[in-house]
Amino acid sequence: MASQATTESVWRGGVNPFKASYGKMMMWFFLLTDALTFSGFLGAYGFSRFKYAETWPLAENVFTHFPGVHGDQPLLYVALMTFILIMSSVTMVLAVHHGKNMDTKKVAWWMGLTVLGGVIFIGSQAWEWMHFIHGTAEGALHLADGNIAKIIAAGTEVMGQTYNYDVLRLGAEKFITDPLTIATLSEGAEHVYGANMIVNEYGLPQFANFFFFITGFHGFHVFTGVLLNMIVFINVLFGTYEKRGHYEMVEKVGLYWHFVDLVWVFVFTFFYLV
Amino acid sequence: MSHDSHGGTKQIWVVFWILLALTTVEVALGIFKPVSYEVLKWTFIILTLVKAYYIVAYFMHVKHETKGFAWTLALPTFILIPYLLFILLTEASELI
Repeated sequence: MASQATTESVWRGGVNPFKASYGKMMMWFFLLTDALTFSGFLGAYGFSRFKYAETWPLAENVFTHFPGVHGDQPLLYVALMTFILIMSSVTMVLAVHHGKNMDTKKVAWWMGLTVLGGVIFIGSQAWEWMHFIHGTAEGALHLADGNIAKIIAAGTEVMGQTYNYDVLRLGAEKFITDPLTIATLSEGAEHVYGANMIVNEYGLPQFANFFFFITGFHGFHVFTGVLLNMIVFINVLFGTYEKRGHYEMVEKVGLYWHFVDLVWVFVFTFFYLV
Repeated sequence: MSHDSHGGTKQIWVVFWILLALTTVEVALGIFKPVSYEVLKWTFIILTLVKAYYIVAYFMHVKHETKGFAWTLALPTFILIPYLLFILLTEASELI
């Protein structure tokens, strides 16, 4: 009889496999599928990036703004965003830690900071998008052959040489210096400013498409994460988990939040560094 | 819950400093580019995987889960993601 009762409770979910609760395990399996989705996106990005290696815009030449600082500051702003997200991951793990000790006040404090970190990150991303969409003051030329070229002013050193006329640059380092070719390509060329899904002043439109799609999908995850964190934060304040006797919900939402940080670590490397 | 089985807050801060240091190294390498692109690329990828390990093992507590659970998560990741990347980066490039 005893063994029958045990079997029944197993089938009804009475036992935790791997000593992990149902909710935690399902969160993990969701994150596993989500990791595959992001791998597909970043893999597709890598494919295009190396297929068009010659003319692909480099992120460090595109995202060069830093609030309150003039001139080119490559990578610094995105490094700051990475720092903010790592920091909010730390506050989250501290909230989980104090949840295990049933310390409501400390959980509330660290959850609150986690929400704040997430909001700052989304704000930073919006700022980055705004600059990318608006583009630079000088813009670029949409050439007769469909390519996008930056105009390099006469007198600037190009590949160890200087020219007394404006030359063109495709992508990061492909230069057009022959005056006849420049004249042919510039005929009827239009000025373009900023980036959208159709045209991108920094180069191939695919770069902008991937940027909007990958950072947008990640930003959507951050947004949902902030919403979930807010709900948990409010529940902590109301003492919901105190009454329940455990803070497992903080842990489950924490897994999702760390995953968002984990994905950003990969986006940072493959979009901005490589 | 006992304090030891999950580590104190000290361990969390140690992991934070490791992540911060690795990110700083990545940014410095990205700005100053002291070595060739090929070397840089693989350095970035390795540093990223190290960061990912620390986040998953310590922040997401996989280090403190049972061995079976850790493998259940690790195996699909280590089989499917390299496979997916192989298809995309190697097979697809044959079509160009």
